[in-house]
Amino acid sequence: MAQSDPRTLFAKIWDAHLVRPETDEAPAVLYVDLHLIHEVTSPQAFSVLRERGLRVRRPDKTVATMDHSIPTTPRPQGTRLVVQDQECAAQLSALEANCAEFGVELHSLESEHQGIVHVIGAEMGLTRPGMTIVCGDSHTSTHGAFGALAFGIGTTEVGHVLATQCLLQRRPRTLQVRVDGRLRPGVSAKDLILAVIARIGVAGGAGHVIEYTGSAIRALSMEERMTVCNMSIEAGARAGLIAPDDVTFQFLAGRPRSPKGAAWDAAVAGWRTLPGDPGAAFDRTVTLDADALEPRITFGTNPSMSVPIRGAVPDPGSATDAADRAAFDRAVRYMGLRPGQALLGHPIEVVFIGSCTNGRLEDLRAAATVLRGRKVKGGVRALIVPGSRQVKRAAEAEGLDRVFRDAGAEWREPGCSMCIAMNGDQLRPGQSAVSTSNRNFEGRQGAGGRTFLASPLTAAAAAVAGAIADPRELLR
Amino acid sequence: MTLRPFRRLESRTVVLPQADIDTDQIIPARYLKGTTRAGLGRSLFAGWRYDESGQERPDFPLSRPEARGADVLVAGANFGCGSSREHAPWALLDHGFRAVVSSSIADIFRANSLKNGLLPVIVDPATHEILLANPGMRVAIDLESCTLEFDEARVGFAIDPFSRKCLLEGVDELGYLKAQEEAIAAYEKEAGCAR
Repeated sequence: MAQSDPRTLFAKIWDAHLVRPETDEAPAVLYVDLHLIHEVTSPQAFSVLRERGLRVRRPDKTVATMDHSIPTTPRPQGTRLVVQDQECAAQLSALEANCAEFGVELHSLESEHQGIVHVIGAEMGLTRPGMTIVCGDSHTSTHGAFGALAFGIGTTEVGHVLATQCLLQRRPRTLQVRVDGRLRPGVSAKDLILAVIARIGVAGGAGHVIEYTGSAIRALSMEERMTVCNMSIEAGARAGLIAPDDVTFQFLAGRPRSPKGAAWDAAVAGWRTLPGDPGAAFDRTVTLDADALEPRITFGTNPSMSVPIRGAVPDPGSATDAADRAAFDRAVRYMGLRPGQALLGHPIEVVFIGSCTNGRLEDLRAAATVLRGRKVKGGVRALIVPGSRQVKRAAEAEGLDRVFRDAGAEWREPGCSMCIAMNGDQLRPGQSAVSTSNRNFEGRQGAGGRTFLASPLTAAAAAVAGAIADPRELLR
Repeated sequence: MTLRPFRRLESRTVVLPQADIDTDQIIPARYLKGTTRAGLGRSLFAGWRYDESGQERPDFPLSRPEARGADVLVAGANFGCGSSREHAPWALLDHGFRAVVSSSIADIFRANSLKNGLLPVIVDPATHEILLANPGMRVAIDLESCTLEFDEARVGFAIDPFSRKCLLEGVDELGYLKAQEEAIAAYEKEAGCAR
C-alpha cells in the first residue's frame, strides 16, 4: 500500500512497528514499545529464558507489578503486608527474584506505584499514544484509550517479547464502533461498553481491532475511555483504540514518565498525526446512539448478556437454535433467575467496586456520590478496592475513604481482588454480587458465585438497596 | 526448543457442546498460583468436573469411561474466549488432549494453543454439528493435508502456514524470532530507540 493512501489509526501504528512485514509464509515481526508483566503469567516465561541462557533484551521497555494474587486486606499504615497463601507468596517471590536477576523495574507491594498493571501504566505516563503495548493479560486492551495498540498475550509470547522485544503477528481486521450523541445523567462508560458487547456479541470482535469513534466517545474522559477499551476483549476483539486528542494530552502532561519540555512538545506534535485520515476505510462499522442508552446490568454468564436496568431477563423464545437455547437456559439457571423476571429488586449479598475496568479515581468518586450520607444495607458486604496505591492516596486526600467507611463499606488495599478471586476475596457458592469488574463467567468471582456486571453508580446503588437498583433514583 | 511434532492423529472424540466456553471454565483462576506448567491437567474444567467434595462427577463428559485415551476435544463455538492464560492449553495438553475442534476458537487461546502443540481445528458449521451430535466418534486429523476425516467424510481446515510448519517440524517460534536479531537492531536504530 502506498503511504499516501488514507490510513486508519490502527494502520499507522501497525505500519510504524513492522520489523518485517507479513508474507503468506510468515507472520509480521512486530516491535513492542512497552511490555508490562505481573506475577501470574510471567514465571514460566522467565524459566524459558533461563533454560536457554537468554537475557531480557530491553529491560528498559519492561515494567513489572504485583496485582493479581495479592491480598487487599485493610492494614494500618506503615505495616507490611503478609501473604498468608503459600502458593501466592511463592509466586510473588518468584517475580521479585526474576526482576532482580534480569534487571526489570518492579513495583512490588511496598512501592508507591504498585497497583493493577493497567491502572499504573496510564497513571505513571508509561502508556502513550502510538505505542505498541503488550502484557500477559487480556485486559491490556485498556491502554488503547490513549491511541496505543495494546493487546493481551500468552506466557510463551511473554517469553518472546522478553527475549526479542518482538512478536509474530498476523494483521487483524478493523471494526469501527461509532457512538454519537450524549450519555444521559446516570449512564456511564460501563453502560456504553456493555451495550456495545450486547450488540455485537462475545465473539463479535474476533479477529478485529475495534476503533471507537463518534461524538459520544470524544466527550469521554480518559478514565471513561479506559473503561470502554478495557472490555473490548469481552467482545472477542484483541484490542480497542480511541484516537488521541487534547483530552489525552492533558491527562498525560506532567505524569512521572511523560516526556518533559521540548521532548513533550515534539511528542504531542507526533501524536497529533496519529488519528485516522479522512476516508480511511474500516473492514466493518457498527453504530450506536448514546442518547438511547440506559444504565445496564448483566443477567447471564457472559458479558454480552445484559439488559437496561429496568428491563427483564429476556425470553429467547423459539427464535434461537437449540444449542443457543440450551446455553441461555443454563446461564439463567446458574444465575438463579428465570426468563421474563425483572432485574430491579433482585436481592444481592455482595458489592464489588474496583478492577482494571472501574477501579480508578473517577469510578470511586461516582460510587461516593451515591454512598455519601447513605448506608450499605444490613447483611450486604461492600468491598471497595482502589486500582492502585496512587488511586488510594488520591481518594483518601478527597475524603472518599471516610464516605465509604461511614456507609459501612470496606475500604481495601489496591489489587485485582474479587475481579479474578485468586487472593481470597471471593463469593461463596450461591452468593450474588453486583460487580464493576469485566467478567460474569461461571465461578469467576468464586466457585458457585453469581456476578451481575454494572457501573460503579449502579453497584453503589445496589449496596444501598441490598438489591439491583436504578442509580438514577439516588442521584436526583 | 523443540515441540512435540504434530503430523497425524487418530482418536475418539470427547464432546463439550456448550458455546462460548471461557478460559475460567477450562481452568479456574484459583489454579493459576503455580510457577511451572506441570500438573495442570487435574484442574482442567475443575468447576464442572468435580463436585463440592472434590469427587469427579461421573456424568461429566471427560470423566466417562469412553473418554479415556481420547486425544480430541470437540467443543461449542467460540471455545477459549476470555483471558490470555496459557494455563488453558497447558491443562488440556497435560490431560492428554492434542487437538480442539470447533466452528470458531477465540484468538488468544488459539495463538497460545499453536505455540504449545495443541492443534486448533476450525471446521465448517455442518461438520461441527455432526461432531457435536456424535460423542466418541473416531476421527483422523492430518496436518500434512489439513484434513479431518470421519466415517466416509473428509473435510479441510485452514491453519496459518507458518504455524503449520512449526507444528509439523516440531520447532517453536522463539528460534525464528531470535534469528531476526539483525533486523530488530536495524529497526531500533531507524526508530531512534536503540540502547
